[in-house]
Amino acid sequence: MIVGDSKPLEEILEMIQGKEKVLVLGCRGCVTVCNVGGEKEVGILATLLRIARKKAGLAPSIEERTLERQCDPEYIEELAEVAEGYDAIISIACGVGPQFMSERFPKVPVYPGINTTFIGGALEHGVWGERCQSCGNCLVHNFGGLCPIARCSKSLMNGPCGGSANKKCEISPDVDCIWHLIVEKMDAMGRLKELERVWPVKNWITSRDGGPRKRVREDLKQ
Amino acid sequence: MRLQYPTNIKIIQLPCSGRVDILHILKSFEDGADGVYVAGCMEGDCHFLTGNLKARRKVNYVKTVLAALGVEPERVEMFNMSSAEGPRFAQVAREFTAKIKELGPSPVKQAKAA
Repeated sequence: MIVGDSKPLEEILEMIQGKEKVLVLGCRGCVTVCNVGGEKEVGILATLLRIARKKAGLAPSIEERTLERQCDPEYIEELAEVAEGYDAIISIACGVGPQFMSERFPKVPVYPGINTTFIGGALEHGVWGERCQSCGNCLVHNFGGLCPIARCSKSLMNGPCGGSANKKCEISPDVDCIWHLIVEKMDAMGRLKELERVWPVKNWITSRDGGPRKRVREDLKQ
Repeated sequence: MRLQYPTNIKIIQLPCSGRVDILHILKSFEDGADGVYVAGCMEGDCHFLTGNLKARRKVNYVKTVLAALGVEPERVEMFNMSSAEGPRFAQVAREFTAKIKELGPSPVKQAKAA
């Protein structure tokens, strides 16, 4: 899923300063699963903003709504009749949400209420870890199913580097050296010899280096 | 026991303090409560193992967001007491009421009245 983190309240309050009628807009996709932008979080953020408004002696006109997804135009269309009635919309979906909203409703200022952080999964309840960097050319099968692009601080294809000590990465004792884990895993699988393969410099054209990406499936396109 | 405690306290019963939700506490403040406290069982004595520990974490979260809004975080607290401690319940009720009186009316309510 796409994982995010709430923006500081101070930042959100600054965004909507002087905007009377505000909509807090959640998404039932990834951000619901990682507890940052679903119906519950919409309720919490909207309540906090209403408290802030009441405290400042202002009318607390903060409304709440959660769409099935904010990355599909058909769901955004549900707001067609009401969107322009708001002075500001705070989207707490991933970075796609505020952009799709702004594109569909160009007259309404849309603000991001969360910071989109990474593509990852739940390590335990309330803890998420990065697993993918969407480099556009998956190679995890060569590394025991562990991604050296997303999980090595230097994205090394031929690791580990000299910064690996006691299974940890030199950047922080909280960060595993993924290359240590790759070697251990490949050894346990009896595939250690495969790591002798020297990987040439990765072609990052499939990643962001090739510019913004687009996917077209001709059979589905209408 | 016929214990006396302040009449301004409105008790909301829950099956376990773990059922307390961040939104329950926030809505109370939004609706003008001057203070909110959660009275849970003693730590280690939760019938559902960790309900009271979870409640404390939620109370702490609410403290941080209230502080970000400029509302005194002391207006929300978590207390632990066993169901056999009637006198402690009354004592906490008196102490928390006194503390809230010291803090004065909620800034959320004050602005509303102004």
